[in-house]
Amino acid sequence: MQTVRAIKDKSARHIMLGIAIFALLFLVVIGLSLFLKALPIMKEKNIWVLLTSGSWRPFKGDFGFLPFILSTLYVSVIAIAIALPLSLLTSIYLNTYASRNIRRFFQPVIDLLSGIPPVIYGVWGTLTIVPLIANKIAPHFVEFSSGYTVLAGGVVLAVMILPLLISILVEVFQAIPKEMTDASLQLGATKWQTVKRVILRKSFPGIIAAIVLSVSRAFGETIAVLMVCGNITEMPHSLFDACYPLPALIANNYGEMLSMPSYESALMLAAFLLFIIIVLFNAISRVTLVQIEKRYQL
Amino acid sequence: MKKYEESFFKMLMIISALIILGVLIFIIGTVVYKGLPSLTWDMLTKLPGGGFYLGKEGGVLNAIIGSVYIIVGSLILGIFLSIPVVMFINFYLPKNSLFANIMRFSFDILFGVPSIVYGAFGFALMVYLGIRASLLGGIITVAMLIMPIMMRSLDEVTRLLSRDLPDALLSLGATKYEMIKVILRQLMPGVVTAVLLAVGRGIGDAATVLFTAGYTDNIPNALNQPAATLPLSIFFQLGSPVEEVQNRAYASAVILTVLILILSFSARYFSTKFAKHKI
Amino acid sequence: MKDIQIEAMKESPFIGLIQDSLVHPVPSPLSIRVENLNVHIYDQHILKDVNLTIPEKSITCIIGPSGCGKSTFLKTLNRMHDETPEVKIEGSVFVDGEDIYGPGVNVIDTRKKMGLLAQRPCPLPMSIFENVAYGPRIHGLKKRKALNQTVIQYLQFVGLWDEVRGRVRASATQLSIGQQQRLCLARGLAIEPEYILGDEATSALDPISTKKIEELFIKLKEKYTVILVTHTLRQARRIADYIVFMYLGKIIEVGPTEEFFNNPKKQLTKDYLSGSFS
Repeated sequence: MQTVRAIKDKSARHIMLGIAIFALLFLVVIGLSLFLKALPIMKEKNIWVLLTSGSWRPFKGDFGFLPFILSTLYVSVIAIAIALPLSLLTSIYLNTYASRNIRRFFQPVIDLLSGIPPVIYGVWGTLTIVPLIANKIAPHFVEFSSGYTVLAGGVVLAVMILPLLISILVEVFQAIPKEMTDASLQLGATKWQTVKRVILRKSFPGIIAAIVLSVSRAFGETIAVLMVCGNITEMPHSLFDACYPLPALIANNYGEMLSMPSYESALMLAAFLLFIIIVLFNAISRVTLVQIEKRYQL
Repeated sequence: MKKYEESFFKMLMIISALIILGVLIFIIGTVVYKGLPSLTWDMLTKLPGGGFYLGKEGGVLNAIIGSVYIIVGSLILGIFLSIPVVMFINFYLPKNSLFANIMRFSFDILFGVPSIVYGAFGFALMVYLGIRASLLGGIITVAMLIMPIMMRSLDEVTRLLSRDLPDALLSLGATKYEMIKVILRQLMPGVVTAVLLAVGRGIGDAATVLFTAGYTDNIPNALNQPAATLPLSIFFQLGSPVEEVQNRAYASAVILTVLILILSFSARYFSTKFAKHKI
Repeated sequence: MKDIQIEAMKESPFIGLIQDSLVHPVPSPLSIRVENLNVHIYDQHILKDVNLTIPEKSITCIIGPSGCGKSTFLKTLNRMHDETPEVKIEGSVFVDGEDIYGPGVNVIDTRKKMGLLAQRPCPLPMSIFENVAYGPRIHGLKKRKALNQTVIQYLQFVGLWDEVRGRVRASATQLSIGQQQRLCLARGLAIEPEYILGDEATSALDPISTKKIEELFIKLKEKYTVILVTHTLRQARRIADYIVFMYLGKIIEVGPTEEFFNNPKKQLTKDYLSGSFS
């Protein structure tokens, strides 16, 4: 065989291997860089204080992350609370009751919802949800609300994680072998009983994995929430208070990053926290989903 | 009682599905309603006049071109890195190798990393390399965002490929590299799908370009100039007190939404086309 | 007397060669000789102590029930198992006198000597012309005129030229399955191999296409050594010069066709031929 061919083949292999290793290390590189950038402030202050202090006054040297952590948690919890029942019901419907045509019709609907850029959700939230809350909902509960609230963030996030939840749930339900559901139906159970006793029970770990993945998506969403949540560095006390989730913190203050090294370090810490939590959530749910797939692929 | 339970939940299910459909229509409808009136020819072909935040004249050409430049740049970068990795995993490693599984797992995780983290990392990288907020910065960061998407999508179609073709090529005495060149031809629809999915995600994302691409009224001429993008065009101009500026934001929103609609349908079309394509 | 001789020969370390000399009086240099071949896939022992000589310029058919290792054996001849690390190969395969599993042997050179026709026709995603030209091209033939000649020559040989002459630039996937298989044969011949390997090459085809391919094999044995794995006894009977009968990874019996079918020596062979198992 000609040597030119051999050389081409060998170099191709080496190049591919190099790029592959680089890609594998990428995850580690990101985490490490963020960690190193966050190190200064972790050295300066006690990490426990950083995480639990409610005082965020960077120019005075106070870097309490609690308002942001709480804001992220609040909007995510509300998002899941709204999205979970809706997506469970819809995915059960699509999996068990819907005709093929309806399923085919819904596929692009879900694709589109998941494809809409976050900033568009933000626009929609600003135009419709915020005024709705300010004018129609909040007056029943509080004296005044601008509409830029925890609730608004939660609603917008809920809509954003709906498509992800539905896709994973449908996949999880479809992983259940047809023989199992058929067996239940053949014994005389109704579809609904089959759903309750077979499908939901068997797919419980998968449902948890879906929730975990969607929550991690909610944690990381930046732009849409930023546009509707108010961005005030106070602790949110009710649904109708403004809030300030972690990603929004990073996004809004990137300009400050260059002004003060400890400010930059604090923001990088925020990014690192987000990164670690999301990677962890993703890893656990992915492993769970793979196990589920394996279990049923006998 | 049992019967009512099932009907009750069935009704709830249909309502949920309708809510979801309704939300989609609501969102697209709002955007189109607000933005369509502002969608003039000028809007598409002119740069913003008098400063993007307060100037009343002009359009959003800066954002359209900026977004196109960035996405094309990151696609090129992304494809050059994704294809070799996927080919390596599928054809140079034994079937269930640990290395391959770890790689696939790490792509899945990278896929879930939020864009703000890519933005922060991209920013840190740029500072380290001495790059300013510019077209180049945007390209690098968006490339990082879309690579897991492309690799995942490409990997999925490559795994489905039957071994007949690689075996036939190798039997003829082709080297692995020569074989892969022919296989890529067969995988073209898969590559196109991966590209469409990546563009869909990359073009609409604001958090990646927020720190890294800058913003400007103009069209960048070189890699080290800042570039405007459609998502930031919406984000920055929405809050302006000037109505014309707000209209530019809404127009950008419609343009972006229409782009996504086209991309989404094309991606689905191509992926089904691939399923039918047999060798 | 004869039995004692045979018993004595069984003790001999040259049993492989002796077995051959019972069948093929003069093993020729340009042939394949397999010595002590053992193949494991994961932990399963697929091929067990295979010793064989394939005579040149003839058709040798390997028969046996499914799962007996026929395809695995065929793939050892062109080192296709290199691609699957879970396969462990011990022993030697001498092609043209050189052990292809020896050190320093280039797998590409080995594969160039073997033209493989697989069970399912697999045209390359290119035009009919490009399919046949692919092999010569990668092995160094670049000149347009020479390529054209080669392509036409082999398309004519397989009888496709008249059927496709107007549309050689059309995609190969448009051909019928029988035409595709003949195209794959032309493609394999274009690299100018010495041996033609067929892995149940007609099992996916209709009877007419099967007949055409069989006729081509018979033409081919004038110039090439043809080794076919075949799934039907009838096909073996029709076209083979020599038969190799395998069962559960072992060579049970080898012999010229007529002798094999009319006068099988082993009980297992007799059972197989009578249809007791398949």
